[in-house]
Parts: sequence; C-alpha cells; structure tokens
Amino acid sequence: MEFDYPRVLFKNRKPDRVATLEEYRESGGYEALQKFVGGRVSPKEVIRLVSESGLLGRGGAGFPAGMKWSSVPDSSPFPRYLVANADEMEPGTFKDRVLMHVDPHCIIEGMVLAAYSFSASKGFFFVRPSYESSAHILERELEIARKAGFLGHRILGTDFSFDIVVHRSGGRYICGEASALLNAIMGKRPNPVKPPPYPTEKGLWEKPTVVNNVETLANIPHILRNGPEWFKGLSATGHGAGTKLYAISGRVSRPGAVELPIGTRFSEIIDEHCGGMAPGARFKACLPGGASTRFMTGEHYDIPMDFEDLKKIGNRLGTAAIMVFDHNTCLLGATLNLMEFFARESCGWCTPCREGLPYMLELLRRIENGEGREEYIPNLRILCKQVWNSYCALAPGAAEPVISLLDFFEDEVRQHISEKGCPFHAKAGH
Amino acid sequence: MLPDELKLKLREVIAGAESPREKAIDVMFEIQELQGWMSDEAMVEAAELLGMTPLELEELATFYDYIYRSPVGKYVIKVCDSTVCWLEGHQRVVDYLSGRLGIPLGGTSADGLFTLLPVCCIGYCDRAPAMVINKRVFGNLTPEKIDRVLGQLAEKADFSGSE
Repeated sequence: MEFDYPRVLFKNRKPDRVATLEEYRESGGYEALQKFVGGRVSPKEVIRLVSESGLLGRGGAGFPAGMKWSSVPDSSPFPRYLVANADEMEPGTFKDRVLMHVDPHCIIEGMVLAAYSFSASKGFFFVRPSYESSAHILERELEIARKAGFLGHRILGTDFSFDIVVHRSGGRYICGEASALLNAIMGKRPNPVKPPPYPTEKGLWEKPTVVNNVETLANIPHILRNGPEWFKGLSATGHGAGTKLYAISGRVSRPGAVELPIGTRFSEIIDEHCGGMAPGARFKACLPGGASTRFMTGEHYDIPMDFEDLKKIGNRLGTAAIMVFDHNTCLLGATLNLMEFFARESCGWCTPCREGLPYMLELLRRIENGEGREEYIPNLRILCKQVWNSYCALAPGAAEPVISLLDFFEDEVRQHISEKGCPFHAKAGH
Repeated sequence: MLPDELKLKLREVIAGAESPREKAIDVMFEIQELQGWMSDEAMVEAAELLGMTPLELEELATFYDYIYRSPVGKYVIKVCDSTVCWLEGHQRVVDYLSGRLGIPLGGTSADGLFTLLPVCCIGYCDRAPAMVINKRVFGNLTPEKIDRVLGQLAEKADFSGSE
C-alpha cells in the first residue's frame, strides 16, 4: 500500500543498510549546517526557528526543544556539553535504534546545530549495550563527518569547534533519566538528581549540559533547512508539529517503526501501516507511549496520536512506542511483567521506588497466581499514589500501567481473585 | 595481572576522556573482552588506572547488567523477558535454550562456552522474541534459528556487531 506522506527522518531508509554521507547530502543533508554554522547565523536565530517550529522533545516528556536550549544562561561558563540520549531502555521502545540504522548523519548534523545554538564544544552519544551495532555505525560515520569538515576542529573552516564521542553504557534503565545519565557519563553511580539546579545550568562536571533525545536532534536540520511553518504543516492535526516515529510491537501483523505525520489516528497506524491485528487477534488494549503510559482501550481506537490528544484522555504520547495486546492477552499478566521490569531496574536510590515497586510486584504476582485477596486492589491503588514520592519520574511511570489496569480492567483483576487463578492461562500459553 | 599490552590500550582509552573515571565502563568492557569477567584482581588494577578506589569501581560493576563479577561462559546468552517478548513466547525460548545447553537460567555450561541469563527489554520488540549474545542481537527466534546461531558460535571465534 502506498501513502502520500512526507518522509523526513526516514526518507533515506533502505531495506538492508545505512544511508551514506553522500546519500544524505543528495537529499539536502548538511545544507542547514552550511547555512547556519558556515554562514555564522546568530545562534539565537537557530533557537528562535526551532522554538517557532513547535518541536517537542521526542524522548517521552515532550518538553519544547528550543526552550531547553535557551535555558542555558548566556553568562554560564564553558565548556558546555550536549548529550544525545540513545539509551532507549523502556520496554516497547526501539525507534531510536531504527533511526540510527537508517540515517545517522541527520542525527550528527542535528547535534552540531544544537551545539552551535548554545556554544557547546563536546557532545556525548550515550548508547546502551544491546545497541552495540548502533554505536559501531555512529563511530564510523562520525569519523566520516569529521573528514568532511562537518565535525571537529573549526567546522567548515569557521571558528566553531565541536566534537562527539560515543559513550557506551553498562546497561540500566535509570540511565535514560537525564540527571542519572549525566552521573553515568561521569563514571559515577547513576543516581538521579533532583533539580534545581537543572543540567542546563550545572550538568556534566558542573558545566551547562543539554540532554536531547536522538529523534529530537534528527529533526533539527530539517526544520532549519525548510523553516518552522513547513515543520508545523507536516502534522496531521492543527495543533501538532512535525512527523513522528511510531514504534509498534505486540499483536499486530507487521510490527516495526514507521514515520507518519504526528497526530495520525491510532486506527490508521494499526490498520493501514501495521497490516491490522495479527491473524486471529482482536484488539483489546495498548500502551500508547511505552511501558510507563496508561493502558488505552478500544474506546479511543480513532484517537490522533499526538501529545495534546493523549493528554486530553489522561494518557501520554511518551515515546510513541505502541505495544498492542489482543483479546487473548491477560492484562494482569502483562502488568505483572512490566512490574518485574520496573522493580528489577529500580536503581535503589530512593525508598518509595526501591521498596514500593517490589511490593506492587508481589501483590500482582499473588493475584495472577490465584492467591489474590480483595484488599490487594485498594492496596495497589495506595501504592500507586505513594510512589509519586520518589526521587525521579520513573517510579510514577511504573505505576501508570497498574493504576490504568485497575481503572479499565478491574473486572478482569477480580476474576483472577474470585476464580483463584488466571482465566487466560490455558488460552494464551504463557 | 592484566597483560601490559592491554594496560597500554586502557591508558590510551582513558587519556581521551574529560576525567579518567568517565571511561570506567569502557575499561571494564575491554577487560571482559579478554578475560570474560571482572575478577577481584582486575577490579583493583582497573580502579588504579581510572584513579578510583576499588570500592568506587565496585559500585559501578555491581550496578550494570553487562558487567560480570563472577566467571561467565565465553558466550553470555541473555534472553529478553520484557513485555513484548513475554507476549511472543520468551518462555519457550528459555526452555529450548535451557534444554539444549543443559543449564538453567543463571547457569554456565560445563565446557565453559555458554552462560544463560534473563535480561530486560533489549529494544528489539519488532523482532520478538529476541536475545542478545555478548553484544549481538538475534530476533524472531525459533528453535531452528537458535540451532543455527549456536552452530555458528561453535565455529566462529570472533563475535561482534548485530545480525
């Protein structure tokens, strides 16, 4: 099936290999760098254009990208640092991996332009261990960019210098949290740090540091080359901006990462771009934006998949990693699995998360195993509130599937308790 | 004792950093590449190179999923057990591997070749169920594919990159 959609981040996507520097340049790559860095356009102008474009951060929080850069105070000290966050460790997320394997130079160019906007001199590309192939590609392409004069000392012959190193993570979910990530880079235990001060004032080695998601950065060259109005026009809705990488997995016919106008309807994403549900499967629910968003039921099957629209229904677009569950899936089992992840990956720094998540895990496990009691349901609800006292946002995120399970599928949970076992167990085979 | 050649390489790795301990993970990965795991002796020597106390390095070594403080097999097979792999039958993968290698989760085969571990989401949900061996990922796993991969491992010494 062919669709007449603008392809931006995936326009150089090949079925079996990474786009080369030449291919990227033929498609307009590094033109924005020539114009803005080569032409010594004011960094303030770069920030203004990105702010005007309405680009919201693609790492999950949806924070305005231009605003983040402009929060580095003019008077703040040097050196300043930029971090590309390619940790992507939340279950269901894989769009950044695909992007790094599609067109690494649009991320590299985006990093140089971002660095230019607040005068950073060094960038870190933070990559998780299971993305070693991405790290390998990036190191190779960074060297190619350096040789072409797009990166490193005196970029394009100007007095602006900026270089990027790939930083390999040892692998823990907490590292994707910006403040913990900075500790990880500095070789400290990656505990989260509560702001203020924000990393943009005091980040790596107490110097101003901006942490951006990979997809966010990849949008920058396109915005600067084509203008903010063009970027806004890419959206499927009047209020959104740009395209979005949706990563769909679970019980659909063709899981994968697709680029679509942001705000494309959920029904279109599933039915048209993923070939519908897997054979024999009927839609039951999904997590629309990664493991730390709320279950979304068929009631919202037609919802535009944008930050604002999901917010309206009390959910979040998050990373737009859509995990689809079918009528044979035990959602209590799925939530139990998610909690196993969150409890195992809790960094242990603060008590509500370190103690609260295993407590929730135990209650969910007992219910799934047929040892549940009626009072576990209100207990789970209380715990979901208590973890909001945690140090960082990951524990409240962990509570989202649980609380929404109780909001939408309380009957299913109760059935486990009254029938003393999982009603799906025989059917689903897991 | 770490070989002199490796130490030289590690010093080079560290020299490129803003501060030495920034390279703690890289240094431990390099040592594991050669010795498989981080022994107490390796911890002391690595910490010295990084300008850290062994305890400070221990804080990191025991924190991360891909650093090993006990001996592991030449190939560490980690089967993803997070949501989408769970949905697509990760347990069957674990059972199959466990049966073929004759080891439970957490075990190492008698010939020292394989260690079997669970791991949280590895970011290949579009190819579930998936596993990572050392740092190379394999997805859309079936018994036939697992047989093929294990067969290749027996032949190949060098092992890096992705599928």
